[in-house]
Order: sequence, then structure tokens, then C-alpha cells
Amino acid sequence: MQSEPLSFMGHARDRHRAGPIAGNGGLHLLFPAGERSVRRALSASVAAFHDMGVDRDGCDFAELVLAEVLNNVVEHAFTDRGHGIIELEAWRAGNALSLRIRDDGMPMPGERLPAAQRHDLTVETHELPEGGFGWGIIHDLTRDLTYRRDGARNELTFAIDFAEFDAST
Amino acid sequence: MELGIRDTGDTRVVHVGEARIDAAVAIQFKDQMRDLIVGGPNRVILDLSAVTFVDSSGLGAIVAAMKQAVGPQQLELAGLTRSVAKVFALTRMDRVFTIHDSVDAVLAGPANAE
Repeated sequence: MQSEPLSFMGHARDRHRAGPIAGNGGLHLLFPAGERSVRRALSASVAAFHDMGVDRDGCDFAELVLAEVLNNVVEHAFTDRGHGIIELEAWRAGNALSLRIRDDGMPMPGERLPAAQRHDLTVETHELPEGGFGWGIIHDLTRDLTYRRDGARNELTFAIDFAEFDAST
Repeated sequence: MELGIRDTGDTRVVHVGEARIDAAVAIQFKDQMRDLIVGGPNRVILDLSAVTFVDSSGLGAIVAAMKQAVGPQQLELAGLTRSVAKVFALTRMDRVFTIHDSVDAVLAGPANAE
């Protein structure tokens, strides 16, 4: 975790201090946009969720959603300059986790959330999709999913509600 | 990435020796699987019992591997851990693949009897 403000984050740190997680047992990570960094961030996040009292199933779903969100940022937001910074915040809110992911990369196409792609899986094997599962997973496992472009940054916020998983499994 | 190969009769078992099939290794996994499937035995069992995490990139790579199996060849899955089974259920890919409880269950099964 970074404790020194990074110049390219602008006033993110100042805003963060007034945020909902300050001093509240939340998680705050800053890391470079890369596949290996995402792995480390996921590992740190799952450990933190566990410490917040999230059970094993909840941690599994949270790790999957975060992997999809973070890999999406790595694959798409920095294709112009090849590097960037991702900021992840998470805090427990009742039986849910609230998450906020920011990056200083390019906006999502049309500055809107991509829709979930629903694939027809009854096709012949050679026509099966090899990608496009990510947003479906994100939409299915989260609620209050919101994207906004904030100046030069992307901000994605959502909650993972563990009560919903208990009811469906 | 570490893939262990064991051939028994017309069945090849590929054991994934890593905990994650994710965006960081998906392309590598796909390429290695292609080499193990193309020209290989008719039945390839992908043993996922040591894998605890698969994301959508990893899932796509497993689908890509299945598509390499053509004609009489088939790729089947075995030994899905709890967290990996969730990803297959969530994306409904559990309906697309033949999934066995374990490699032992496959090799003991009638389909492999000579």
C-alpha cells in the first residue's frame, strides 16, 4: 500500500481521507495496471475481505468480480500509453461489500458501462465464445453498478451483496 | 505454465499444476493445450483439481482448448474445485463441457474400458 501521495493522482488522496473507509477497517490499494500487479492486488483484497468477516463463498465471488473489473482496466484503459495506476477501495457495509475502483486511463467506450453479453451456448462447439464473459459476471454478481468519468479518471462503484448469494445457493 | 501429462491407452490426462488460470497465463495455457491436443489421443481429460481460481480469460482459454479437439477427439474436464465450479455454473459453461468428479472416476469408468 502507498502512503505517499503520487503526483499523477491529483487530489485523489485528499478526497480519499474524507471517504467512507477512513479509519474504518477498509481496504485501500494503489497499484500499477498490469496482470501480475492485479494478481497481487486480488490476493491482498481477499485477505482483507476475510479479515472483514466475509466467508469463503463471499470471498470467491468478490475475487472473481474484482478480477474481471481489474483485468478489464488493464486490457482496455491504457492501450494508448501502456501503463497506468489503479486505485481500489473496499469497505464492509452490513452484509455487503462496497467497492470503488478508479484508474487514470482512457474512458470506457461512449463513457458508459458495457452491457452484459448473453451468449447462445447451444451452438456447435467451434462456434462457442472464447471471451465476452466478463461483464456478464460483473453484472450478475453486483448491485448498484455505476460508472462515471471524473475528469481524467474512470470510477466504477458497486456493491457485492452476500445475502443474495445465500438466497440463491 | 506447468502442465503434467499422463497417457493411458487412448486417454491423455493433463494435470494443471498451477493454482490459477487467469488473464496472466491464459494465452500461454491456450498455446500449450493446443500442442497437447492437436495430433494427440482421442480423449483428453483436463484435470483441474489443483486449480482454485479461473477468471473469464481462463475460461475463454479452456473453451479455446476444447475447440482444438476435432473429429473423434474430445476434451473433458475433471476435478473442479468449489470456486472453479462456481465460475462454470455462473457462465452456464457447466452445460457445455463434460465434467467428471475426478480423474480417477474417469479412468475407472466404463467409457475407458478396453
